[in-house]
Amino acid sequence: MRHLLLALALLSGVVSPAAAQAPAAAAPPPEIVKAIAEVASGDGAVQEAAAVALGKSGDRRILPLLEALREGSVMVRTLPGGKKETVIVGDKVTEGDKTLVPLLAAYGKEPLLGGDGKPLVVDVSTLEEVSASRSLRLAIRPLIDAFAGNTQLADPDWTVRKAAATKMGNSGDAGAIPSLTEALGKEKDRWVRFELEQAIALIRLRTGGEAERAGAAATLGALGSADALDRLREVAADGAAPAPVRAAAADAVKRVERWALLTSGIQIAFQGISLGSILLLMALGLAIVFGLMGVINMAHGELMALGAYATFVTQGWFQAHAPGAFEYYFVVSLPLAFLVSAAAGFVLERGVIRFLYGRPLESLLLTWGVSLMIQQGLRLWFGAANVDVLAPKWLSGGVPVMVGLQLPYNRLFIVGLAALAVGGMYVLLFRTDAGLRIRAVTQNRGMAACLGVRSRRVDALTFALGAGLAGLAGCALTQIGNVGPELGQNYIVDSFMVVVTGGVGKLAGTILAAAGIGGLNKVIEPGLGAVFGKVAILVAVILFIQRRPSGLFAAKGRYADS
Amino acid sequence: MRTRERWALTVLAVAVVVVLPILNALPAGSPLHVSDFTLNLFGKFLTYAILALGIDLIWGYTGVLSLGHGVFFGLGAYAMGMHLMLEIGTQGVYRNVLPDFMVWNRVTELPLFWRPFYSAAFTLVAVMAVPAVVAFVFGFLTFRSGIRGVYFSIITQALALCAWLTFNRNAMNLGGTNGLSGFKTMFGFSLNEAATQRGLYVASAVCLGLAFLLCRWIVRSPAGKVLVAIRDSETRVLFCGYSPAAFKLFVFTVSAVLAGVAGALYVGQVGIITPARIGVLPSIEMVIWVAVGGRGTLLGPVVGAVGVNWLQSLLTTHYPDLWLLVLGGMFVGVVLFFPEGVVGTAQRLFSRVGRPRAAEGPAAARRWGGLGEERRSLPPSLNSQK
Repeated sequence: MRHLLLALALLSGVVSPAAAQAPAAAAPPPEIVKAIAEVASGDGAVQEAAAVALGKSGDRRILPLLEALREGSVMVRTLPGGKKETVIVGDKVTEGDKTLVPLLAAYGKEPLLGGDGKPLVVDVSTLEEVSASRSLRLAIRPLIDAFAGNTQLADPDWTVRKAAATKMGNSGDAGAIPSLTEALGKEKDRWVRFELEQAIALIRLRTGGEAERAGAAATLGALGSADALDRLREVAADGAAPAPVRAAAADAVKRVERWALLTSGIQIAFQGISLGSILLLMALGLAIVFGLMGVINMAHGELMALGAYATFVTQGWFQAHAPGAFEYYFVVSLPLAFLVSAAAGFVLERGVIRFLYGRPLESLLLTWGVSLMIQQGLRLWFGAANVDVLAPKWLSGGVPVMVGLQLPYNRLFIVGLAALAVGGMYVLLFRTDAGLRIRAVTQNRGMAACLGVRSRRVDALTFALGAGLAGLAGCALTQIGNVGPELGQNYIVDSFMVVVTGGVGKLAGTILAAAGIGGLNKVIEPGLGAVFGKVAILVAVILFIQRRPSGLFAAKGRYADS
Repeated sequence: MRTRERWALTVLAVAVVVVLPILNALPAGSPLHVSDFTLNLFGKFLTYAILALGIDLIWGYTGVLSLGHGVFFGLGAYAMGMHLMLEIGTQGVYRNVLPDFMVWNRVTELPLFWRPFYSAAFTLVAVMAVPAVVAFVFGFLTFRSGIRGVYFSIITQALALCAWLTFNRNAMNLGGTNGLSGFKTMFGFSLNEAATQRGLYVASAVCLGLAFLLCRWIVRSPAGKVLVAIRDSETRVLFCGYSPAAFKLFVFTVSAVLAGVAGALYVGQVGIITPARIGVLPSIEMVIWVAVGGRGTLLGPVVGAVGVNWLQSLLTTHYPDLWLLVLGGMFVGVVLFFPEGVVGTAQRLFSRVGRPRAAEGPAAARRWGGLGEERRSLPPSLNSQK
């Protein structure tokens, strides 16, 4: 007897883990038990009704059963007493000539345990398969989606909540309205609220009564939701729809279109500004160097490519040696790209360019030669194909500004970087002694030298600075474009157009010209296409310098022509 | 020109026009035989030389650096190419009257601007007229407003970029990226025949000779003196009562015509023209031929065009990776160490032992113009090439 008690105690000890699970596997409510049994019935209509009942219950522990039903992994086993039980089966294992499957509970999908406390594995031939017809599977799908949607609507990440709301709205399932409304009551985030309201209105527009539909259309119009535009157009053109609904839809279409015009206008302006920012980063260095030394630096684009490749190498180093800090590689690569390009620029200036002051045409040819060599060097070293530079997480995605308009972080970053560079250049040129010397040498080299300015040193440092700015531009470019040996070539002609239009050695002119050419590019592009847009800009620049041959802001003073 | 030089040139011309084709016509077993491939290669180089002469006229003599001559070359080449495409007729892959690429692009009717190219006479005129008109309009707009120096160079480079982008478009009905190719006959002669290729070679050589004489005539005329004066000091020319813009426009147009003719001869011998030949890179490469050969001399561009391209074809066969490095090195080396180029340097060496040379090349200009530091006090925007 005592032994028996001990054995029982031991047994209970063994069993206790299963017992610990037991509360989780609390007995389902009776109506669910009934539905679970009915789902396995041979009658398709009964099955479907049971599945819908299960779905309506909103009990999360039912979800695995519905999923299994769709996959066809629900079976019926006959208990020793002749009673039937619906079970989910796990992955098949072949053992000899038998195919074994583990059994899982229909409610909660926990492993069913055998008498020995081990997970129950039975021969598949002892089970009865539950067939799921096509119509049943189709009926189950929205149920599963609704389950998933409900969970996602409560997700802590607002982008997940937003995406869930969008998806539910597009499904057009009237059953989703209660959960959407509930979520709307709790939601604090502006963009998720917008998405929820839009989803509710979309569903009502599709499924509601006459007044509800008209109201929904009006709501969508007021929201300015571009996603609903197609649906609204359909309704407006639908002859079967009641007249008030159609009128409301037509009105909403107009409102949405007006809103879309506004957002796309802002979008284009922003793209223009971001392109202009890249051109500005390039042109700043070019213009200052040209103004100071009369040197046209055709290798400027390759200095930019060097900056981009420096970023690529930094990224590779972080991946290999500090994967934990990978997100911050970009912070390190920015100054690094600046330094690499500046060093290359310094070497270039000291090595060859200083022999060519005031001979722009020859400096143009020479630096073109240098650019070819750097290009080929990059190609031999890194390969001719583009290399991948991964964006850190904090630069992907964007910030929604208004309905239908999202500004990507990487572009914002570039605009910010350009603004910072311009600010820095301004302070350097007009608020420091070094800047005073640069301006003095630019205006009158001989006079400045007489007054004790070491003009050669000013040249070398300014050239390095300009090159460094190109390196920054290259580093920034890795976030929005391809990095390859030809990277520089794509921007060099445009940036020279900026220099020509803006005038030489003039900060304001360069900024205006960069914004103008970048903006014009993006404004013309949608209408004429990228190619004819470029041609149009060339024509515009030629016509412009007809009026102002020395650029926007020409140097004033008594300069004699050569 | 001195008699010695005249003799040398005559001998060279005879060798190029007469001897090489005759050697090519010899039976293949003969030790002196020049293969069809080699002759074809040199024919191509000769067309480049014509182009280089034009660039020399505008850059070496007038001091205006154009980085867009690939466009004019391309216009001539495309004009001839369009005629050759139409000559294919129904012998193309699709057996259609339309060029194959149009069938492929689902163009059902020959675009209007293609039609005149059925006429050989029109084509021969267009080869020269199209580049001339484009150069005239472009030059008129730029020279008139006083765009000069690097500003002009940058604008022409943008022109090359735009032309490249435009010709790459399928919508232009000019074959897009693949360009025009697959020619069968030229004015009725089969392009696959060695004799036709020999004829084209001779035509190229003769055109080169004519271009040479034309350039010599221009350079030696009083107008030629004005050109050199513009190069050395445009403002002084202006103050002397000449209109530099008109002279520059004239020379720019002439050099565009030469480029067009070169392009037309090129297409027949190479058998293909694509936008890749008219972009920014090929356009600036053409300038380096002139620089290497020696700008401001008439023999220089010819020597440079043939020499650089010969080197390129040798290097790209054996060391394909090296070519761009060598080309880049050439740009740097010529600018830094041999601004007068091969011919200019040779001339100076010879004239040092012989009589004093005529102040013709850029070296002379630099001797009194290249005061370097002092000139730097001018704003570079106003500084022409010095």
